[in-house]
Amino acid sequence: MEHIRTTKVEQVKLLDRFSTSNKSLTGTLYLTATHLLFIDAHQKETWILHHHIASVEKLALTTSGCPLVIQCKNFRTVHFIVPRERDCHDIYNSLLQLSKQAKYEDLYAFSYNPKQNDAERLRGWELIDLAEEYKRMGVPNSNWQLSDANRDYKICETYPRELYVPRIASKPIIVGSSKFRSKGRFPVLSYYHQSKELNAMANRAAGKGYENEDNYSNIRFQFVGIENIHVMRSSLQKLLEVNGTKGLSVNDFYSGLESSGWLRHIKAVMDAAIFLAKAIEAESASVLVHCSDGWDRTSQVCSLGSLLLDPYYRTIRGFMVLIEKDWISFGHKFSERCGHLDGDPKEVSPVFTQFLECVWHLTEQFPQAFEFNEAFLLQIHEHIHSCQFGNFIGNCQKEREELKLKEKTYSLWPFLLDDQKKYLNPLYGSQSQKSAVLEPNTVSFNFKFWRNMYHQFDRTLHPRQSVFNIIMNMNEQNKQLEKDIKDLESQIKQRKNKQTDGILSKELLNSVRPESPALKATLSLKEQALLPVNDVLRTIEGSSPADNRYSEYADEFSKAEPAVVSLEYGVARMTC
Amino acid sequence: MEFAELIRTGQAQAELLRGPEEPPLRGTLCITGHHLMLSPGPQATPDLWLLLLRNVDSIEKRVAGDSGTITLRCKDLRVLQLDIEGVEATLDIARSIEALSSLESVITSFPFFYRPKGLRLGDAWHFHPPECYYKRVARETNAWRLSEANEDFSLCPSYPRAVIVPRAVDDSALARSARFRQGGRFPVLSYYHAPSGTVLLRAGQPLTGPQKRRCSEDEDLLRAVLAGARPGARGFIVDTRSPQAAKQARMTGGGTEAKAAYPGWKRLHRPLETGRPLQESFVRLVEACGDLEQSMDRWLNRLESCRWLSHVKETLSTACLAAQSMEQEGACVLVHGAEGTDSTLLITSLAQLILDPLSRTMAGFQELIEREWIQAGHPFQLRCAHSAFSHARPKHEAPTFLLFLDCVWQLGRQFPLSLEFGEGMLLALFDHAYASPFGTFLCNNEKERCLCEVRTRTHSLWSGLSQPKEQRKLRNPLYVPNPLAIWPSAEPQSLRLWQGDPPPPPWRSSRLCSASLPVLFLLRPVSARDPST
Repeated sequence: MEHIRTTKVEQVKLLDRFSTSNKSLTGTLYLTATHLLFIDAHQKETWILHHHIASVEKLALTTSGCPLVIQCKNFRTVHFIVPRERDCHDIYNSLLQLSKQAKYEDLYAFSYNPKQNDAERLRGWELIDLAEEYKRMGVPNSNWQLSDANRDYKICETYPRELYVPRIASKPIIVGSSKFRSKGRFPVLSYYHQSKELNAMANRAAGKGYENEDNYSNIRFQFVGIENIHVMRSSLQKLLEVNGTKGLSVNDFYSGLESSGWLRHIKAVMDAAIFLAKAIEAESASVLVHCSDGWDRTSQVCSLGSLLLDPYYRTIRGFMVLIEKDWISFGHKFSERCGHLDGDPKEVSPVFTQFLECVWHLTEQFPQAFEFNEAFLLQIHEHIHSCQFGNFIGNCQKEREELKLKEKTYSLWPFLLDDQKKYLNPLYGSQSQKSAVLEPNTVSFNFKFWRNMYHQFDRTLHPRQSVFNIIMNMNEQNKQLEKDIKDLESQIKQRKNKQTDGILSKELLNSVRPESPALKATLSLKEQALLPVNDVLRTIEGSSPADNRYSEYADEFSKAEPAVVSLEYGVARMTC
Repeated sequence: MEFAELIRTGQAQAELLRGPEEPPLRGTLCITGHHLMLSPGPQATPDLWLLLLRNVDSIEKRVAGDSGTITLRCKDLRVLQLDIEGVEATLDIARSIEALSSLESVITSFPFFYRPKGLRLGDAWHFHPPECYYKRVARETNAWRLSEANEDFSLCPSYPRAVIVPRAVDDSALARSARFRQGGRFPVLSYYHAPSGTVLLRAGQPLTGPQKRRCSEDEDLLRAVLAGARPGARGFIVDTRSPQAAKQARMTGGGTEAKAAYPGWKRLHRPLETGRPLQESFVRLVEACGDLEQSMDRWLNRLESCRWLSHVKETLSTACLAAQSMEQEGACVLVHGAEGTDSTLLITSLAQLILDPLSRTMAGFQELIEREWIQAGHPFQLRCAHSAFSHARPKHEAPTFLLFLDCVWQLGRQFPLSLEFGEGMLLALFDHAYASPFGTFLCNNEKERCLCEVRTRTHSLWSGLSQPKEQRKLRNPLYVPNPLAIWPSAEPQSLRLWQGDPPPPPWRSSRLCSASLPVLFLLRPVSARDPST
């Protein structure tokens, strides 16, 4: 690689972003074609994908070396100190080059090889099938049909080839409408809501101006006031500045949260989606959503509204379908919004991140309504920026076809499905929340700062124990016990049938005593299931006072600090 | 005094609104000496609705036409609305509630009349005396002894009869040290940390005054503490006031330990709010939570300016500092502010929860509250006289105990498997501290409780909570004993407003699934929405 001048630097220090005690890890920094890798003295590895790097900064030289601060799109911030300035300079320059590619073909996805053959790769791409999805929604039907007007992307370059429109919309109507709409994005079906008595739908279009009410019959307007991409970008920027502050006070945190406006924007998106869902569900009205171009706010509102209405989208697979449909196929400009290539920084905006955050807020309010958990959302967020898979590369379907992504790259979804276990919500399953239309409450105090997103790599700020594994184990255990009950019951039945005289024999009683193999298996299972619990206890994350900042003002502690501080967050000291 | 004189009404027909999530109750309303009762008739569920009048924090009445409306704001943060037939009836009921809810006499309060089935008087009162804790300490070290120098509460009216003190210090020295400390609160053992052999002590401020007085017995006492720990042991004095405030206290006879007088001890100042500012913070927080229409910006602004979460953060990090001094630095710690009955107890009790696995069990936590709050002389009667809705000017009110419960809740959020009790326990303690049929939180200290014969004439909350039916609501089903210290993060990003997740209402059968209204900053069965608006 021509951009890499130094591939290995030793004696590099990695500082803790929030520690005030200048505590650091010493290790070796490696630069590869795709990643920056830091291996500390405990052989713990920190991998940073070049595509994840949002900014690299070289700070003024200090006595201990040259500081290099890297901020990532997945909200990781690392602070290195490189002993020699020349090395730091080399790495800095390399990273500047490597993190901003000029051509799509240089993105990681085009070289990433998970050791699958062509057939497997193709099957991966076919996993999510939008034609199937429209069938599931119930279209085509007596009112809606598949239009071939955009088959060659002639009417709208940023729409997919296959579009559903009203049966009475002839080709001239479509062409006429498309000329009247920004970027040719004429109204098309986004979601068709089936319920027994009514059919309503949400559809989408692009605006630039708005419809004159006199010219459209039976229509009502609602302006929901979601801000544009530029406001959202600077809002996130402010939020990150605030929560990245060392020694942040509660007051500074909340006044920063307020002035960033971030939660206000999240609430606005959520309110709009609720308006849409209510209109469709309660008033049986059809809804047309548009903003100016129809690929940012429109995507947010349509997809979130569908998620409120349709429990299918709250499953793991359904959520993938939703993203494929409302975001990828309808031309949300992922590559521009995520800054995949070295392009116009004014096109970058956290529109999709906001959508994920809205979904997270819903999972907080409806803990039993989603099949997936927070880790799933974080993982998807990771990959919209990673450029490791083809799904989010490019800005519309036409561009993706031209890039031959399905031949040259892999789809993310099969990999997530293979790892499904990690992403399951153990609380999912209460029938009432599973099947219902969600009606979230958007009172201001229901919106919380999403710590696990914006501080996902700052382990010292995290809860020290996770409930997740425990509940997962308990669920497994319950399933096994229920199976055992069934087995035992069927055994009893069989024996009863054998002894037609109906006398309960000693043998029968014995079969349900603890000696019975089935029960023994259960008991040993229980022991097994409990093991990870103890593991959890042994590795309480960040649970060492040295990682926290209680002693900030007690300077006399620093000299008494033990020489070997457990450098790995996470190793809690035994106190008994 | 006869309650009958204060009850100005017979019965009235009324409708009770308990918030948007619960159906209204209609029935016959009447008042007894201690309760407001609504009987919707035998077919209804529940067939009787009861409110302890002591729970009423503020009352508002309005009449229009031939009916009236009374809005009751309760100490447990519920807001209730009664629509009553008849103007006279409304006014009479309001006047009766006003009179009966503000009675100050302890011995006519409901706990002295409450005789539940299945409980015997005096049952659980012997669960947690300091003597029990001393047995635990004596198993580990013999540097400490149980002193009964305060048998008749003459040394310190706010201490229990027996306290744990260094073996090397005799009772007469204790008496002299008591005279040198505010409220007679000489340094006593709060917690013995066996793994490090260090101790946590608490006291009142030394009465150095403008002349910088000294007291050799007090100095000896603290010297004996270090000597009992291990040779060369250090000590930290955590003063919960700012250095300026501590200095200023000298003008009014108080002060702080002079460095030269207490070799081996080092003072740390971590200012914590108590009293009026804390109460105002609580009032403003509850006000902010009651407004459901406010914009995001307004809400965040009010959350910030009420400063409640700042208090949580400061309290938690100070408790962690005290715990860290013991566990990591091997130092003994003495905590005091001015009186030593508020922020001092916050820190000593939280430090124990962090360090001591036993205090995180159901029984251990009750023991901790009994020992470090009730017997340690936190003036519950004064502090919890009013909650956040009262219009009365606060005199001695302060939500110190609520702040403690909030900090425990934060610990539980960060260590969801390590506390044997759940949020239900914390809410129950909050409710009972402000208004309770049990005698546990009555009075301000042990001396007063003895005078009122609380122990023989009322039931203990601990026996009430030990009923199997109650236990289910109080336990944390995910509990796994954790032998380690639990170090929380006290960063603002890690703290959350204690809001609670109300369980989904079971009667809801519509296809729409609405999020239950997440209410106040505390989980209330009834919404915070003011039904009158």
